[in-house]
Amino acid sequence: MPNMIVCVKQIADPEAPPGSFKVDEAAKRAMPAAGVSQVVSPFDEQAVEAALRIKDAHGGKITVLSLGKDFVMDVIKKPLSMGADELILLQDPAFESDDSHATAYALAMAIKKVGEYDLVFCGRQAADWDAGQVGSGIAELLGIPSITPAQKVELVDSKIKVERVVTDGYEVIEASPPLLITVSNELGEPRYPKLKGIMAAAKKEVPTWNAQDIGADPAKLGAAGARAKVLKLFIPVKEGKCEIIEGESLEEAAENLALKLRETRLI
Amino acid sequence: MAEYKGVMVCGEISDGKLAASTLELLGGGRGLADNLGEELSLVLLGSGLGDLGKEAIAFGADKVYIVDDPLLKDYQTDAYVAVMEKVVKQVAPNILLLGTTSMGRDLAPRLAFRLDTAVSMDCVALDIDPDSKLLLQTRPVYGGNAKAVYVCEDTKPQMAAVRAKALDPLERDDARKGEVSAIEAGLDPSIIRTKVVDTVKEEVAGVKLEDADVVVTGGRGMGSTEAFQELEPLAKALGAAIGATRPPCDNGWVPASLQVGLTGKIVSPTLYIAVALSGSSQHIAGCSGAKNIIAINKDPEANIFKEARFGVVGDYKKVLPAFTAKVKELLG
Ligand SMILES: Cc1cc2nc3c(=O)[nH]c(=O)nc-3n(C[C@H](O)[C@H](O)[C@H](O)COP(=O)(O)OP(=O)(O)OC[C@H]3O[C@@H](n4cnc5c(N)ncnc54)[C@H](O)[C@@H]3O)c2cc1C
Ligand SMILES: Nc1ncnc2c1ncn2[C@@H]1O[C@H](COP(=O)(O)O)[C@@H](O)[C@H]1O
Repeated sequence: MPNMIVCVKQIADPEAPPGSFKVDEAAKRAMPAAGVSQVVSPFDEQAVEAALRIKDAHGGKITVLSLGKDFVMDVIKKPLSMGADELILLQDPAFESDDSHATAYALAMAIKKVGEYDLVFCGRQAADWDAGQVGSGIAELLGIPSITPAQKVELVDSKIKVERVVTDGYEVIEASPPLLITVSNELGEPRYPKLKGIMAAAKKEVPTWNAQDIGADPAKLGAAGARAKVLKLFIPVKEGKCEIIEGESLEEAAENLALKLRETRLI
Repeated sequence: MAEYKGVMVCGEISDGKLAASTLELLGGGRGLADNLGEELSLVLLGSGLGDLGKEAIAFGADKVYIVDDPLLKDYQTDAYVAVMEKVVKQVAPNILLLGTTSMGRDLAPRLAFRLDTAVSMDCVALDIDPDSKLLLQTRPVYGGNAKAVYVCEDTKPQMAAVRAKALDPLERDDARKGEVSAIEAGLDPSIIRTKVVDTVKEEVAGVKLEDADVVVTGGRGMGSTEAFQELEPLAKALGAAIGATRPPCDNGWVPASLQVGLTGKIVSPTLYIAVALSGSSQHIAGCSGAKNIIAINKDPEANIFKEARFGVVGDYKKVLPAFTAKVKELLG
């Protein structure tokens, strides 16, 4: 029965209308927008789903780790309500950084503290900074193999069989645990939590670990542990001049569109 | 600290030739190397690489390092990371460029962590800062809603994985001079902990989406597999490839290989006809290089009208047949 760890990040809903998105250019951060809710980053929900499918078939235990601040308990507990067993929050001002190295280091140290694990799951990228690195980084720091990004994960005898998404298809890759896998949307929809799961999750105690709890070296956390620096964050300007083609009827508008494309030599 | 010098491209092979992404990296890398007054090199990992070194020189490289080993026949994380670690330590490049490809997406972050340096994934622009001479790495963030410029100040090499079509290849010039040398892979097979047991291709017939000059893309509003078939006569008349937003792929109406966007294909056609899709930032990330976007959407407030040059507001079920018929008539 495999021990599984899933890393999930709480972020602002990435599918909020583009018009509501604002950045604080001085702080180089996105500004919280009114009415935009917090969610579990979508690929991370799929990572939870991948672990749950293994658990459905073979049993085992799923521990969810999330590093961040200002957690919304109803949101971050979603993996528990979907069926994960434990949730541990990593919260400490020392952790604060969007840097992939600092984040992967803290998560890798927390995974070591959890102890036994066969499979570690991450999303292919967190849908805020879209960095796409932390999964591979954790694997490298733990010294375990990684397969990225996956659309299917199965346990066959004692081997892990993964379908890795590549351009125009996929590869079937086998490995033995321990193994880190990042998950892509091709895996399919994550399950909806059931009422029973939501009630159980609401009651569940959620421990919080700080830097000292995971034995982290302060020089590798936060700004000190960062390897990349954001010099500038900005919203590109768009011209946004669309000419709406009209007509007496929609059919005529459609014909006028074709004529317009002809006139402008686009067809 | 050793002196890190030169711009290195980690190349890829496709159908026995240098991949399009590699030619783009050589073109962009040439500009960076000239700006810094440094050399441009290409490192190529594979098995039976033949004359590809010469080709790389014709496309801009001063030096080519060939690592030819049967164990490198197909991309495998552990093998490629180990060999690239060795090459980087030996050559000590100042800048290392990869493609945001199936290989680069997997290799770049793992290699960066092994070398304890930073990498920026999916870069759309690279520049040299005139003062610091450091590599400025611009990449879309927040699903394409914003862009960020990254710099790696303290560690080397400065690494970037670059998005398809962000850089321009040079014209092939066989008169260009350069040097090809070999590096031993020196791989211990036991370090390779994963095994590729099968490769499944899902290629779509007709014009290749990423190369097409005209793309007709359907969104969630299409509603079904059958509806997507209605795009075919239009695509046929225009010699276009068919694309999709993510929901039609996730719903199984079309193969996943048709997805255009941040986590799908990057297209830059002359004409991009967007039917029944809202124009989410993550989708636009894949087609913002299109020269002319045409939108057909029943919601006048849809974001796609902020991206489009021409548009019709209305139900595609009414618009599309009349549009297709007229296009066919005009094209004779
Ligand atoms: C990290 C991340 C990565 C992502 N990567 C991608 C990606 O690579 N590619 C991608 O596409 N998406 C991606 N997405 C998903 C993306 O956020 C959107 O959910 C998706 O693009 C929406 O697709 P859509 O526009 O087809 O659907 P919707 O947003 O639902 O829009 C449907 C549109 O169709 C119109 N419509 C409906 N019926 C009709 C009709 N009969 N006639 C005319 N118009 C009609 C509606 O007005 C609406 O505007 C990603 C999301 C995340 C979080
Ligand atoms: N703060 C975090 N807490 C937990 N998991 C994270 C965090 N940041 C990144 N991850 C995991 O790493 C994946 C890739 O993130 P990134 O490299 O930041 O795009 C995410 O999909 C998560 O699974």
